[in-house]
Amino acid sequence: MSQSQAVPIPRAPAARVAPERRDPERNAAPVVPTISEPMSGAQSVIRSLEEVGAEVAFGLPGGCILPAYDPLLDSKRLRHILVRHEQGAGHAASGYAQATGKVGLTIVTSGPGATNLVTALADANMDSVPMVAITGQVGASAIGTDAFQEADIVGITMPITKHSYLIKDAQEIPRVIAEAFHLAETGRPGPVLVDIAKTALAAPTTFTWPNEFQLPGYRPVTKPHAKQIREAAQAMAAAKRPVIMAGGGVIRGQAWDQLRRLVDLSGAPVTTTLMAMGAIPDTHPQHLGMPGMHGTVAAVAALQKADLIIALGCRFDDRVTGLLPSFAPHAAVIHADIDPAEIGKNVPVDVPIVGDLREVLADLIPALAAEQDRVGLPDLAPWWHQIDQWRQNYPLGWDEPTDGLLSPQGVIKRIGQLAGPEAVIVSGVGQHQMWASQFIDHERPRTWINSGGLGTMGFAVPAAMGAKVGRPDAAVWAIDGDGCFQMTNQELATCVLNDIPIKVAIVNNGVLGMVRQWQTLFYNERYSNTFLNTGHGSRRVPDFVKLAESYGAVGLRADTPADVDATIARANEIDDRPVVIDFTVSDKALVWPMVPAGVSNDQILYARGLSPEFDRED
Amino acid sequence: MSRHTLSVLVENKPGVLTRVAGLFARRAFNIHSLAVGTTEHENISRITIVVDVESAPLEQIIKQLNKLVNVIKIVELVNETSILRKLLLVKVRADAQTRSGVLEVVNLFRAHVVDVSVDSVVVEAIGPNAKLEALLAALEPYGVREIVQSGTIAIGRGARSITDRAAPRSAHHPPAVQI
Ligand SMILES: Cc1ncc(C[n+]2csc(CCOP(=O)(O)OP(=O)(O)O)c2C)c(N)n1
Ligand SMILES: [Mg+2]
Repeated sequence: MSQSQAVPIPRAPAARVAPERRDPERNAAPVVPTISEPMSGAQSVIRSLEEVGAEVAFGLPGGCILPAYDPLLDSKRLRHILVRHEQGAGHAASGYAQATGKVGLTIVTSGPGATNLVTALADANMDSVPMVAITGQVGASAIGTDAFQEADIVGITMPITKHSYLIKDAQEIPRVIAEAFHLAETGRPGPVLVDIAKTALAAPTTFTWPNEFQLPGYRPVTKPHAKQIREAAQAMAAAKRPVIMAGGGVIRGQAWDQLRRLVDLSGAPVTTTLMAMGAIPDTHPQHLGMPGMHGTVAAVAALQKADLIIALGCRFDDRVTGLLPSFAPHAAVIHADIDPAEIGKNVPVDVPIVGDLREVLADLIPALAAEQDRVGLPDLAPWWHQIDQWRQNYPLGWDEPTDGLLSPQGVIKRIGQLAGPEAVIVSGVGQHQMWASQFIDHERPRTWINSGGLGTMGFAVPAAMGAKVGRPDAAVWAIDGDGCFQMTNQELATCVLNDIPIKVAIVNNGVLGMVRQWQTLFYNERYSNTFLNTGHGSRRVPDFVKLAESYGAVGLRADTPADVDATIARANEIDDRPVVIDFTVSDKALVWPMVPAGVSNDQILYARGLSPEFDRED
Repeated sequence: MSRHTLSVLVENKPGVLTRVAGLFARRAFNIHSLAVGTTEHENISRITIVVDVESAPLEQIIKQLNKLVNVIKIVELVNETSILRKLLLVKVRADAQTRSGVLEVVNLFRAHVVDVSVDSVVVEAIGPNAKLEALLAALEPYGVREIVQSGTIAIGRGARSITDRAAPRSAHHPPAVQI
């Protein structure tokens, strides 16, 4: 391991205007002269957040964080958006971060405020979202006494944050906040929690912007190893059945241009995981769609038959691999990731490459070109012939429901088409999420935001709110389930009152659809506790249109095919208020293809009882 | 199953031990023993962890440990090139008839009697795990009444120091043990 380095800290806003990711090695910003000003700890917090370039915080005050809310009122550079629930604040910060590439920020109080944030932190941790959470804590001398609204939030969130701090000494505030943002956005991004005792907020201090971080144990590797790059290039040039698998790291690492070049240069098929949608356009001819449990037959089969997988910024989640020992049995694996612990964690790796994906690909592309010059282009025609058979025989699709109701897939597809490729699509968790991944063409990076790793119902509305705050000029659509929507729809109030005009499409099948799908397939159609009473022919509690209206949003309903386009068009016209559309759809639709949980990807079902023959060598 | 000894140099800050222990628990890594103490650098503490490698490979354990921001450096210390020691205190039955037998065992193992009462003695022994196990086995027939053991600590042989190059240059932390 290399010697610890003192890293100069850049000052905002200059360092922040472009959301370039910084890393400790590349960073050569000049050390700025020290500023020292007397102020309170609370003022020091706000000042530090300004210095680090934070533009917006989502939060909700309470006793312990209250001192910080006072100087916040005067801040010209930091906008605060008052949410209705702290989980909403967390997901909003995540949506903001995922839409912009900047660090999301949330500020909440101690105890219940902080524990309400737990789900959002776990979510951000799983999906490597750069985020800083500031939580109030009881006064330093009360810590450990079960004081009013005391919770050991550092302890509670240790397993679900990248790092965390407890500040008892006001003097530490600027350095810790600077470090927190640095940790959140460099290396493998993630959430960092800063818990600040109320006594530190209240204490007089001198604000001194630190000149260096005190992070002797933090040295993310960004430069890939030249030997590994050479080996990867050789393997790629020699492979007969290669597949490039791009993961969320391509988005977080802003490596989409390089990915595109690699795909074009190699001529290899490419698949994007749920977290990487839009890293390369879905309409790119070499794009096979998504791998995994609800992936396309072509992508799943290609991985199973591949002789080489080039895995870029992905972590071989069990939803991608299916039963591990039978995953891609013939493939050698090149795995590039910024996090060395991901390499070899789930699947054995032949060529490990640790580094920032942009730098990895910047090196790999010329190396591959040189290798191709040396050995000639590989003949991928037989491979493509086989893949094209799969694509032709097993395209994504659905059967129109026999009950005459709207098909959820059709609704989602139309939203994608009418919203256009520039729109940001934010999804909830469930069947609608899978259909939104399948039937919307994701053409641009950072236009697909969802809860991939944790699968958090309730993610969509607040995350869409955050995305819209970060990208006010883009249309932001939340594609949500009737179940998910009921978990966090209170943030519609936040959207209405702060002029954040998101569009929410509730794909209302009246059931916890994804769970019901498993009950249909694996529990003899015994529907235990999945009926929500929101759908067609039910009591419709709540009435989503009235609910939207009571929040001051526009509420629309579409329940026949004839309504769909007109309703979407109306929603697209409204840009001064949030719009909620209740698309009342059939509850019979199932997500296909599907690899049942815990079995080999070879056992993918194209539809109920229908196994594709992908061993046919025709 | 194989057993490995890791020296983990960490920042001397509150909560670091919790982070390390919590990581082992949630990733289902098995700790056989753990010992922690300060070093010659006021900013650095040293955790010696003996891990049983079964479910997760050692490499994954080291990589996950390295991801902890407060972990500065990890070195595996192997038997051949290091000194591994732990401390054992054991209370053994020893009356007039058996005392000489107990003392003989104690001497053979170069251990010490540190407390004597009418019908028992407390024996202190320092050594590698295997030696202490052998000592315990030899004392067993006399009647072992209570055992307490420290975690293993370990240091490499030779002149090189693993802490030397790991000392953070820019840390200004108080010298007190804060783990
Ligand atoms: C917070 C949370 N609780 C439970 C689940 C388990 N779960 C996964 S999908 C799903 C159903 C979601 O229902 P809905 O929002 O209506 O979406 P649909 O599947 O019907 O499209 C449930 C309960 C979860 N993912 N998250
Ligand atoms: Mg539903």
